[in-house]
Amino acid sequence: MSGRTPDAKAADTGLKAWLTTRDHKRIGIMFLVATTAAMALGGVFALLLRLELLMPGETIVDPMTYNRLFTLHGVTMVWLFMIPVIPSGFGNYLLPIMIGARDVAFPRLNLASFYIYLVGAAITLAGMYFGAADTGWTFYVPYSTTSAAALVPVLLGVFTLGWSSVLTGINFIATVHTMRTEGLGWMRMPLFVWTVYGTSIIQVLVTPVLGMALMLIGFDRLLDWGIFDPARGGDPVLYQHLFWFYSHPAVYIMILPAMGVISDVVCAFARKNPFSYEAIVWSTMGITFVGLLTWGHHMFTAGMSTFGAGAFGILSMLVAIFSAIKVFTWVGTLYKGSIALDTPLLYVLAFLFLFIFGGMTGVAVATTSLDVHWHDTYFVVAHFHFIMVGGTISAFLAALHYWLPKLSGRRYPERLGRLGAAGVFVGFNLTFVPQFLLGNRGMPRRYFDYPPAMHTLNAISTVGSWVLGASMLFIASYLLRSLLRGEPAGDNPWGAAGFEWRTSSPPPVHNWTGEPPFERGAYDYTEGSPALEGARDE
Amino acid sequence: MSEAHFESAERQADAARLGMWAFLVSEVFLFAGLFTLYGAYRAAWPEAFAEGVRHGAKMLGSLNTVILITSSFAVASSLRALQEDRPRVALRWLLGTLALALGFLAVKAVEYHGHVHEGILPGGHGHHFATLSAPAGQAAFFTLYYVMTGLHALHVVAGAAVLAWLAWRLHTGALDARRAHVLSNGALYWHLVDCVWIVLWPLFYLTGGQA
Repeated sequence: MSGRTPDAKAADTGLKAWLTTRDHKRIGIMFLVATTAAMALGGVFALLLRLELLMPGETIVDPMTYNRLFTLHGVTMVWLFMIPVIPSGFGNYLLPIMIGARDVAFPRLNLASFYIYLVGAAITLAGMYFGAADTGWTFYVPYSTTSAAALVPVLLGVFTLGWSSVLTGINFIATVHTMRTEGLGWMRMPLFVWTVYGTSIIQVLVTPVLGMALMLIGFDRLLDWGIFDPARGGDPVLYQHLFWFYSHPAVYIMILPAMGVISDVVCAFARKNPFSYEAIVWSTMGITFVGLLTWGHHMFTAGMSTFGAGAFGILSMLVAIFSAIKVFTWVGTLYKGSIALDTPLLYVLAFLFLFIFGGMTGVAVATTSLDVHWHDTYFVVAHFHFIMVGGTISAFLAALHYWLPKLSGRRYPERLGRLGAAGVFVGFNLTFVPQFLLGNRGMPRRYFDYPPAMHTLNAISTVGSWVLGASMLFIASYLLRSLLRGEPAGDNPWGAAGFEWRTSSPPPVHNWTGEPPFERGAYDYTEGSPALEGARDE
Repeated sequence: MSEAHFESAERQADAARLGMWAFLVSEVFLFAGLFTLYGAYRAAWPEAFAEGVRHGAKMLGSLNTVILITSSFAVASSLRALQEDRPRVALRWLLGTLALALGFLAVKAVEYHGHVHEGILPGGHGHHFATLSAPAGQAAFFTLYYVMTGLHALHVVAGAAVLAWLAWRLHTGALDARRAHVLSNGALYWHLVDCVWIVLWPLFYLTGGQA
C-alpha cells in the first residue's frame, strides 16, 4: 500500500476496492443494487401469486405452496426491498452530499450495516426456501409456533436485517447532527435529509421491538418456552401488539423517505421553492412520532376495547392529516410553477394519485365500524399496496430517474422513460383497483382460491400484474442500457437547485473540491441561482 | 478514511457520543417489549406473579444490585481518572469494574442453578410447576424471569467484553486522555446495563407483598 494516497485507493474500481470501501456513495450503490435485485425477486413471487389467482381453483400451485409464496413475497418486499431501498440506498448516497459532508459519521459502521444486510438477506431467503415458511410476513402466533415449517432460520434472518436497519439509523442521526457543513442550519437542510432523519429515528426506536418479538417466537420453537401460549399464562394478542409496534411504523420507514424524494423532485420540476418548507418539515416530524402510536389499528377485530380502538383510530387519522398537509404542499408547489413533465415528475404525479387514493382508503379502514367489514379482506391488501407499495415504488422510480445522472453521469432516454411511467401507472391501477372491489365483496386475503363469481375481477388484476411486471422489465432494460451507453449528462442536467447538484456528477471521492457552495438555498430558483447555470433540456 | 473526515476531534467525540446515545435508546426499546409483556401478564396474573416474586432469590438479587451499582461507580471513577490524565489509575478502576461484572455473573449463575435445582425452568417446565394446582401464571412469571434476566446477563457479558477491550487499550497506551470519549462511551453502555437491572430488581425480587 506504500506510496498510495487514501484518495487514490478510494478511486480504485476493482472488486476488492468496492467490497472494502467506506465511501458512502459506493455503499449506497451497493445497497441499491442489492435491494433492486430483491424487488425483482419479490416481483416474481407476486406474479406467481397473481397467476395462481387467474382462475378459480388450483391453477399452478397447491394451497400450501401458495402460502409459502405469499410469505416469500411479503418478507422479501418488506425487509429486503422497501425498508432499506430509499434510506440505505439513496439516503447513503445523497445524505452526506446534501449536508456538505465528505462522508457519514461512521463509515466503517456503514459498510458493516451493508454486510449485515447481505448476511440477513441470505439467511432469510435460504431460510424461507429450505424451511418452507408459510406464516406470511407477520409470523402470527399460535400458527408460527405450531406450523410444521422450519421458521427459526427466517426469524434469525429478519432479526439480522433489523440490525442493519438500526445501525444505518444511528449512523444517519449522528451524521445529520454533527456533519453538517458550516452555515447549514437545520431549517436549511434539503427536505430529503429531513425525511431520512425522521426515518432513522423510527428505525432506531421500533426495530428492536420486532427483534425481541421474533426472538420470543424463536425461543418457543427451539426450546418450547411458550411465552405467548395461553395454557402457560401467555397471550397471543400481545405478540400482535409487539409485532405491529414495529410493523406499523415500518410503513413510515418506507413512505417518509419516499415523501422526501417527492418533495425534492417536485421543486426541481416546478422550478420553485416548496409551497411551505416548514409544513413539510413539521409534518415529517409529526408522522415520525405520532406514527409510533397508531399500531393498534391492525387489531380492531382482535378483541380491543372500544376506547382503545377509538384512540388508535383517531391517532391514525392524525397521521392522515400530516400526510394531507404534505399533499397540499406538493400540489401548491406545482401551482404556477414552470412545469417540465419529465419522467421523474410523472412519477410524482403517479405518487400523488396512488397516495391520495391509498390514504383516503386508509382513513376508511381506520374507522372501526368499517374496518370490521374490511378486515383481512382484499380491500386491506389493495389499500396498503396503494399507499406503501405504490408510494414507495413510484418514489423509488422518480429517484432512480432523477438521480441517475448524479450517480452515473449519464442520461436515460426521456421518451422511453415516459412510456415506462405510463406502463407502471396503468399496470398498478389495473392490478389493485379490482382488489378494492373484491375485498369489498368479502374476498379474504391469503386464500389461494375464490368463488367463480369473483373470477372477472381477479383476472383483470392478474392481467394488471403482467402490465406492471412488463413495465418494470422495460424500465430496467433501458436504465441498464443508459448506465452503459447513455448520453453524458453534465453536472446538472435538470438545472436543479438542490445541493447535491453543486458538485460534479458523479461527485469526486470526497464529494467536494473545496468548500461546498451552500450560500444559496437548496430550493432557490430566483435570479442568480446556481440552478439557472445548469442546462435544462426542453 | 481521509484525515479531514471530521472537522475537529471535538466533533468526532460529539458524533461518537450521539451515536452511543442513539444505540442506548434502541437497547431500551429492546427491553421495552419485555417490560410490556411483564406488565400485561402481571395484570392478568397478579397473585401468581406476587407468589413468583416471593419465591425469587431476594438476597442474591439484592447482592447483585449492590455489585452493579458499585461497578458503575468504578467505571465512572475510571473515566474521571483518564480525563485527569492518570491512565494507570483509570486502568485499575476499570479492572475493578470488570471484576465486579464477573462477580455479578457468578452470583447470577448460583441463582439460576438454585432455581433449576428447585425444578423451575422456562416455559413452565420442571417439577415445581407440577406441584401447583394452577401453574399458568407462575409459568409466565418464570419464563419472563429467565428471558429478561437472561437477556440482561447477556448484556453484562457484552459490556464486560467491551470493558476488557478498553482495559487492553488502556494498558497498551492506545487509549489516552485525548480519546477519553471512547472510554466514556463504554462507561455509558455499562451504566445502561446497570439501569436495566435497577428496574428488573423490584420486578423480580422485591414486589411480592405479604404472603
